[in-house]
Amino acid sequence: MNREWAAILRSTWFPASVGITAALAVAGILVGFIWLPLANRNEQFHSVWDAICSAAGFVQNPAREPVIQATYPTTRVEVTPRMLRGASAESIGRGATLALRCTMCHGARGLSAANTPNLAGQYAVAIYKELMDFKTGARISAVMAPLVGDLSDQDMRDLAAYYAYLPRVLGSSPANEPPEIVASGAPLRGIAPCGACHGDISSKPGAAWLEGQPLDYLRTQLQDFASGARRNDIGEQMRNVARGMTVAEIDAASRFYAGLGGRAASPAEGAGIVASSKQH
Amino acid sequence: MILAHFWFAFAGFGVALPLGAWQMYIRSPLHGWISDPDWYYRSVTAHGTTMAYVFPTLIAMGFGYFVAEAALKRPLIGLSWAWLGFALVVVGTVTAIIPVALGRASVLYTFYPPMIGSPFYYIGVVLVVVGSWVWVALMAINMQRWKRDNPGTPVPFAMFATVAGAYLWGWTAVGAALELLFQILPAALGLRSTIDAGLARVFFSWTLHAIVYFWLMPTYIAYYTILPRAIGGRLFSDTMGRISFILFLVVAMPIGIHHVFQDPEVGSGFKFLHSVFTAVVALPTLLTVFTICASVEIAGRLRGGKGVLGWLAALPWRNPVMLGAALSFVLLGFGGAGGLINMSYQLDSTIHNTQWVTGHFHLIFGGAIVIMYFVIAYDLWPHLTGRALDSVGLMRAQLWTWFVGMIVLTFPWHYVGILGMPRRMAFYDYSDPVIAAQAASVTMSVIGAAILVVSGALFFVVLARGHAAPRTEPPAYRFSVAVRPPRALPAALNGFGLWLSLMIALTLVNYGFPIAHLLATPGTAVPTVPMGARR
Repeated sequence: MNREWAAILRSTWFPASVGITAALAVAGILVGFIWLPLANRNEQFHSVWDAICSAAGFVQNPAREPVIQATYPTTRVEVTPRMLRGASAESIGRGATLALRCTMCHGARGLSAANTPNLAGQYAVAIYKELMDFKTGARISAVMAPLVGDLSDQDMRDLAAYYAYLPRVLGSSPANEPPEIVASGAPLRGIAPCGACHGDISSKPGAAWLEGQPLDYLRTQLQDFASGARRNDIGEQMRNVARGMTVAEIDAASRFYAGLGGRAASPAEGAGIVASSKQH
Repeated sequence: MILAHFWFAFAGFGVALPLGAWQMYIRSPLHGWISDPDWYYRSVTAHGTTMAYVFPTLIAMGFGYFVAEAALKRPLIGLSWAWLGFALVVVGTVTAIIPVALGRASVLYTFYPPMIGSPFYYIGVVLVVVGSWVWVALMAINMQRWKRDNPGTPVPFAMFATVAGAYLWGWTAVGAALELLFQILPAALGLRSTIDAGLARVFFSWTLHAIVYFWLMPTYIAYYTILPRAIGGRLFSDTMGRISFILFLVVAMPIGIHHVFQDPEVGSGFKFLHSVFTAVVALPTLLTVFTICASVEIAGRLRGGKGVLGWLAALPWRNPVMLGAALSFVLLGFGGAGGLINMSYQLDSTIHNTQWVTGHFHLIFGGAIVIMYFVIAYDLWPHLTGRALDSVGLMRAQLWTWFVGMIVLTFPWHYVGILGMPRRMAFYDYSDPVIAAQAASVTMSVIGAAILVVSGALFFVVLARGHAAPRTEPPAYRFSVAVRPPRALPAALNGFGLWLSLMIALTLVNYGFPIAHLLATPGTAVPTVPMGARR
């Protein structure tokens, strides 16, 4: 091996190959790091060093525009995939006690016929986030605001753990065909399928499980997102989706998740198709 | 042992090929929406993982072992290690595919963090890579031992080229290995809930471009060492061949950042530098085109061809090796032309993330490269099985259908990419007037995919008929002989010390700073997105 290296170092191959490679690299660096950045009229560099730093990937002239602050309270919950995993029995128990104050509207075991959300089996993250948003004013509700005012962070985690622990009631049956908007969304209007975040196809952290929620509640929320009355989705993801949805699509998605058969609700077929619905 | 590599490779290919055709059909206007995109992404992940990692790696390994024995004319050193490497690849494949089939790892074969799937998927891929590293080591050891026993004698060209491919893979796989071991696996095992996706993409680009040259290596080796012999000619220049493979080794690897042209985390200077070296890859490609055309011309003239173009007519076009190589060259020409667009910063921005890119790599890999894998199998099979492979007409039909199918599949695919059709989507609403015009092109691609499935089936028929044929005693295997076989070579052309040093140095220049910069920049990690975790 050493003899081979000695022969290589003696031959013209060594200076030639290293020389050509180095020359290419140096030429590429000179052009890419000095000439091209300086030739770019959209960029104004103070010095050659500035140009080099920019080409190397350092952010030059960071945006000078002030950060636009929202004029309304925004959510303060940072949702992460592993948030609130593995609740302890103690936490669930405390949550059950605290939940006694919720039974009036949300039912004794998280199920109610009062057109309020059914909380049994809801994702813990979703419950925690909404409670937090009611408390901070990111989500506005004259009913919920006074009820959450005195809840501590731990109280909300316990409540979330308790409701997540309760058995979920399935809202749809296999016979309940999801409408186009739920299964496919509307790609060309930038609307993802509802099922891609809210269960059935996939679920995303922070998005609620929608099956079995009351029709009126679902429809109202979509309308509120569309009008901007509800705005605790920090990335405006739901407001953007809801704004792009037609009235018929809002109706179809709400009916599907309420277990009433989404497909039947197309405007052509009109209203009055409750006969085909399935109540649970 | 070599046959085991080839059969497992082709078995994977046989499973993944219909999956690809199914995907093409599902996203075409011929089929309605499947309602659950996960099935689509599951299939894409299985297709990509098998076709990109398992199939070509096993072909390269099996072909490499064959070359080591046939070119060095002695038994392979480390046979039991070779079996171990094979076992690792097999176990890795099974480990990776099970979570994919269960829908636990629909992250596509390029991983795409921050998406995170089941850790078993990544562990399986790592095992496949480790198994292939055993092969890299064995190729290097076999060449070293041979050189020690034959001092001053040039290493046979076939072995030299194979070892170049092995070293290229050994080093290029490091990028993805770093990404898997230090970024993705800790996240998949739940040790971390964030990942620096930008850094992961840079690491993957280290692997992603040169992996294509690794796939290409058996094809190029077959051009140089099988084609001239099979058509009764000679290799035009042994030295030119060696220089081509050396150039691939040095410049094919540190150029992958052109895969992240649109990524903001890499500076424009490095993008340009990588473009420059990407352009240099044209050199060994054109050297190869020239050398092979010259070698084929020698054969044509030896067979009595006269005049400027008369030698073309004199070529043995009925010979599957001749036919396959010619078709492969045509596909390589089209694919290379598309590649020039991908590597150009401004042009790339028009086709980035469109179906053009998918069309491009199917044309290069599925077309130019895989068609030569078939040729290699046809040429080697009698020597591996001891049974003649007689269905020459069927072989020609298979190669032609593969060629036609690949053109019909990928040309419309490129076209819809130019129209702006995005890639990696499971559903296209062709009833929308904006994309309704693309429906016809996509339908043509489906027809191409169907032709390819038929061609793939024909390939298995040819091999199966070979296994059923009576036993024969094939003559000793020969590689092409150069017009002037080298008697003595400069040390630089008979070993890789200099070239490996250059390759590593160039990697440090081209990747060192971007990686160090991303590692040192705080706040670049994003939360992971677990795939298939809960419904």
